[in-house]
Amino acid sequence: MKAKRLAWLALAAAVVLVAGCSSTGTKDGEGAAVEDRGASAGGGVTTSGAGAGATWTGSALEDPNSLLYTKVIYFDFDQDTIRGEYIDVLRAHATYLVTNPGSGLTIEGHADERGSREYNIGLGERRANAVKRFLEAEGVSPSQVGTLSYGEERPAVYGNDELSWAENRRAVLVYY
Amino acid sequence: MTRLIHIAFLMLLVLQARASTLTIEITQGVEGALPIAVVPFAWRGDGATPPPHDVGAVVAADLQRSGRFKPLPPDEMLMQPSRGEEVDFRDWRALNVENLVIGEVIPSGSRGYLVKFFLYDVFRGEQITGYSMPTTVADLRSTAHHIADIIYETLTGEPGAFATRIAYITSIRSGSGKETKETVKLRIADADGYAPQTIVTSEEPLMSPAWSPDGKRIAYVSFEKAQPSIWVQEVLTGTREQVTAFKGINGAPAWSPDGRFLALTLSKDGNPDIFVLNLARRTLRPLTRHWAIDTEPAWSPDGKSIVFTSDRGGAPQVYQVSVSGGEARRLTFEGGYNARPSFSPDGRLLTFVTRIDGQYRIATQDLQTGNVQVLSDGRLDESPSFAPNGSMIIYATRVESKGVLAAVSTDGRVQQRLRLQEGDVREPVWSPYQKQERNR
Repeated sequence: MKAKRLAWLALAAAVVLVAGCSSTGTKDGEGAAVEDRGASAGGGVTTSGAGAGATWTGSALEDPNSLLYTKVIYFDFDQDTIRGEYIDVLRAHATYLVTNPGSGLTIEGHADERGSREYNIGLGERRANAVKRFLEAEGVSPSQVGTLSYGEERPAVYGNDELSWAENRRAVLVYY
Repeated sequence: MTRLIHIAFLMLLVLQARASTLTIEITQGVEGALPIAVVPFAWRGDGATPPPHDVGAVVAADLQRSGRFKPLPPDEMLMQPSRGEEVDFRDWRALNVENLVIGEVIPSGSRGYLVKFFLYDVFRGEQITGYSMPTTVADLRSTAHHIADIIYETLTGEPGAFATRIAYITSIRSGSGKETKETVKLRIADADGYAPQTIVTSEEPLMSPAWSPDGKRIAYVSFEKAQPSIWVQEVLTGTREQVTAFKGINGAPAWSPDGRFLALTLSKDGNPDIFVLNLARRTLRPLTRHWAIDTEPAWSPDGKSIVFTSDRGGAPQVYQVSVSGGEARRLTFEGGYNARPSFSPDGRLLTFVTRIDGQYRIATQDLQTGNVQVLSDGRLDESPSFAPNGSMIIYATRVESKGVLAAVSTDGRVQQRLRLQEGDVREPVWSPYQKQERNR
């Protein structure tokens, strides 16, 4: 009797999975239709590739042995102070930007998920600005450095613990 | 053969569950709720296809969710009358039911119905009120919510907020690691979670939805361009317009009570400050100017002042400033983190996110007495929003690291959870009252 019940449970689970797949299909359709509606109204949702990373810039940025390879720096909770361990990394980036005046980057500021979302947008911007100010103090032209805060909207790690939060409190240097 | 029938039955169950997307569980009940009986409404269509929803069940569920009523389960009813002459009050007195609702759904026209209902005082043995409401298949649930509103208002003296909607953000991730793709949607649903509709879809963040006071438009933040920008979209048509495109943060839109202005956060001058945008003239007026983060503005119901989050004192706290500007006054003093404030519709309470022992929770503060009450018990609760009648607060919480919506009665006695099948749900905002017609 028990075995029979288990079999039914398994079958039910399988049916749920099947239903799940098919309904994902219709969901996609529904999403596309809505996007069309938005498109007719406002010119469409365009995607920016800011998070895609630097792929075509000089090899120095991609050299694993270079300080320039480090493009993410982390912050303490509710802080925008640049930790001592990142000074050399940021100096290397400043030198690169000064010697390559044609290059430029966007500094993305991020926060962990705790607290309110718009406040975290402010916190992310503060972190990005801290990096921007550091680079400018090292002689980088302001025109080479842009900032963009994602707050807690773009976590690097999806988790709700201290380890994940520490990885999400960050500024990311995205060369273009 | 029976096996096949079983499978078909299971499929049906699953499909039904999917159709309703948001499901509601009451996670904390209440003592002292009014016992009421809402008899399943009778269908007078003879052989015709019955309506897709049991109006009585929708009404009972609404009343139960308010925490003010305790509906009698239909299987405990001794009789199920649907017309006045069938009611025997002794049956209901025996069950200690104080109020009784009966009703019927009558076919009318090609796809229409006439819904009739009567509300009785069981102990006096009298009809309190009765309505006859024409509706359609598409509007049947909405009619049921209006009936619940009438019953709620008749018995509590306060307007109901069942025939309202909620807007919220969902995100669904696909892929993993560097290939993770996120689809973010701005959706609206009935206040009971039914009939969800997507009104914006994006692969970049969407944030901070805000209903216009007439419920016809929603302002929100979209990252679809290189920088965040604020958009205003008509709910019905999907027509939308970009209203800000400044350098830096464009965030936290909040409608003035007259719908003419948006308070918002801009960091174009170097750090986040609150500005007021005249929507018709597109003129911008700075409201706060401080080196700190000033954000998350919300208007007082009288339109005379704005509350907002600021860390000018070293940590985020709630401040209030006159709409004409001037000095901001700090309102919150308990705890090291108070953010995202908004007013109750009567202007007597503020709700906001507060931190207690490292946990982020929803609280209210009485603006007269300063008394603070913590209403939620999660770790990462955020985005509280009052129902338009002030009876409940909807907010975002986490259950097993998944974002879900929850609601709590403003007195903290009833808690409920609105569960979505897939993805994370966040940033719920309750709509204002929607226009309705009543025919007695």
